Amino acid sequence: MDPGLLNYLLFIFVLVGIYGLMSLGLNVQWGLAGLFNAGIAGFFAIGAYTSAILTSPEVAGRVGGFGLPILVGWAGAMILSVALAWPIGRVCLRLRSDYLAIATIGVAEIIRLVARSEDWLTGGVRGISGIPRPFGELSYLASQWAYLAIVLTVVVMAYLLIERQLNAPWGRMMRAIRDNEAAAAAMGKRVDKRRLEAFILGSALMGLAGALFVHFNRSITPEAIDPMIVTFLVWIMLILGGSGNNRGALLGALLIWLIWSMSELLTDLLPTEIAIQAKYARMFLIGLALQLVLRFRPEGILAERDPSTLRNEGPR
Amino acid sequence: MDAYEFINFHLVPGLLLGSIYAIGAIGVTLVFGILRFAHLAHGDMITLGAFLVLGVMALSGLDPWLALPIAMVLSALIAIGIDASCYDYLRKRPRILTVMASLGVALMVRAVVQMGWGTDPTTYATGIVRPTEYFDFILLRDRELATFAVVIALVVGLEAFLRLTRWGRAMRAMSDNPDLARLCGVDTRQVVRLTWVIVGMLCAAAGFLLGINTEVWAMMGWWALLSIFAAAILGGVGRIDGAVLGGLIIGVAEELSVLILPSQYKSATAFAILLLILLVRPRGLLKGKVL
Repeated sequence: MDPGLLNYLLFIFVLVGIYGLMSLGLNVQWGLAGLFNAGIAGFFAIGAYTSAILTSPEVAGRVGGFGLPILVGWAGAMILSVALAWPIGRVCLRLRSDYLAIATIGVAEIIRLVARSEDWLTGGVRGISGIPRPFGELSYLASQWAYLAIVLTVVVMAYLLIERQLNAPWGRMMRAIRDNEAAAAAMGKRVDKRRLEAFILGSALMGLAGALFVHFNRSITPEAIDPMIVTFLVWIMLILGGSGNNRGALLGALLIWLIWSMSELLTDLLPTEIAIQAKYARMFLIGLALQLVLRFRPEGILAERDPSTLRNEGPR
Repeated sequence: MDAYEFINFHLVPGLLLGSIYAIGAIGVTLVFGILRFAHLAHGDMITLGAFLVLGVMALSGLDPWLALPIAMVLSALIAIGIDASCYDYLRKRPRILTVMASLGVALMVRAVVQMGWGTDPTTYATGIVRPTEYFDFILLRDRELATFAVVIALVVGLEAFLRLTRWGRAMRAMSDNPDLARLCGVDTRQVVRLTWVIVGMLCAAAGFLLGINTEVWAMMGWWALLSIFAAAILGGVGRIDGAVLGGLIIGVAEELSVLILPSQYKSATAFAILLLILLVRPRGLLKGKVL
């Protein structure tokens, strides 16, 4: 196989893994606990920048140079995501779900502002580069394979962890709260605490995904990811794949990322003036795709065992 | 810093920005109250409104202030269209799905604006406008005076409509209790359409006023979204007077924040106020609904 093509495929699948991890995280928040996190990109960014700052070499005028091992960077990414999720959750989760949506939008926007403005912390618009990659010393193709293996391992571990929790009493309790909060509360379940746990767990996974991305890319800038696109892609991955369902989340990640990458290939072939329009046309199409899925197949491709939850009137 | 500086470089700009936020917040609070969801597409509808004025100007050669009413009508029609295609079928399902749909609408509207007009900032009129001095103390540009006038007219007009006309009472009834309103013979579908007409018009006005006082670009509404929602929630969801009060407070707070924070963090101020009010008094200052 042509090495360029192989490289490209590896690149695609690493990103499928990273997005898959975010979809798993969102599934815990939305599919399980019914929380609308509209600021996924914010948690992703916090994880990315934390890991970058902890592991990259020293640069004048910027905090850093700790040169810590990569795993410490990843752990730091998850810890910081949790540290961000906890106060947001405490304030917003006891209120209606719309407020959480607004608050998470706010969080993502402010993180982006900080990333662009605070040169001393994040390198500003230039960002952070020289981030180490595990097995980076191997030949290019070999290190791509190695990274794919790492990402897949992380995704499988996350998947197994969540599945185990889902089948445990914790998972049943979460579903009970989501399906009928009043009844669950009447039975003495601590609704707010459980929701906070779900929010935090999901955010940790999103932060980890950010860290994985940054070590793959070896650099991070504020413009590297468009927050709205990342947030939206993950949402549609989950809704299309099947919310409430871990396999659905991963399937959605695979399908949507493949479609997204192919559409990027196609638009790159167009002449430049139309190519820019085409970029916005793609964004329009994701928004449209969400509408269509919500209308015609809200339970997604791999429906959760009881698809009636999204079709009937909820308790609120 | 003396009083002159404070009033002219912080207070007046704050009240100006705040009055524009107030128009946006009124729209948000109407949707919260009557349709009972967070209209995340509000910011991008505001952007669309601003660009619609540009479009009308380009097609007809009218002065921007004259193009505004036409753009308001167009915006109203577009709002009804969006509701019919994107939100209507979700009416019987859990509300959070409508919120999700509105986020999708935001993306689509923004993409349309970017496809149609590109991403570079533009303005309605070129050239520097010098402010005039009033009462030897206050500096105001003509467009700023006009902005205040338009905002006051819109707020007074809307309040009059809600209090004095039958349809206004129907809207307030639906905001209080839709089932009871239906029992009393209120046609809820018409009220919904009417709400979107008003929201569309307010969005166009807010977009134009924001654009004429700053500049017109594709992300202008999204950037204001947080401040507008903070204003609506601060004042009390479902209350027009709350939206106005909240808008003014947020506007002044943002302009004052540049005394302590770098200027790009203005929306962080709005966010901090939002979190604070949700923590301490979620019903808002004038006690709206928490829904």
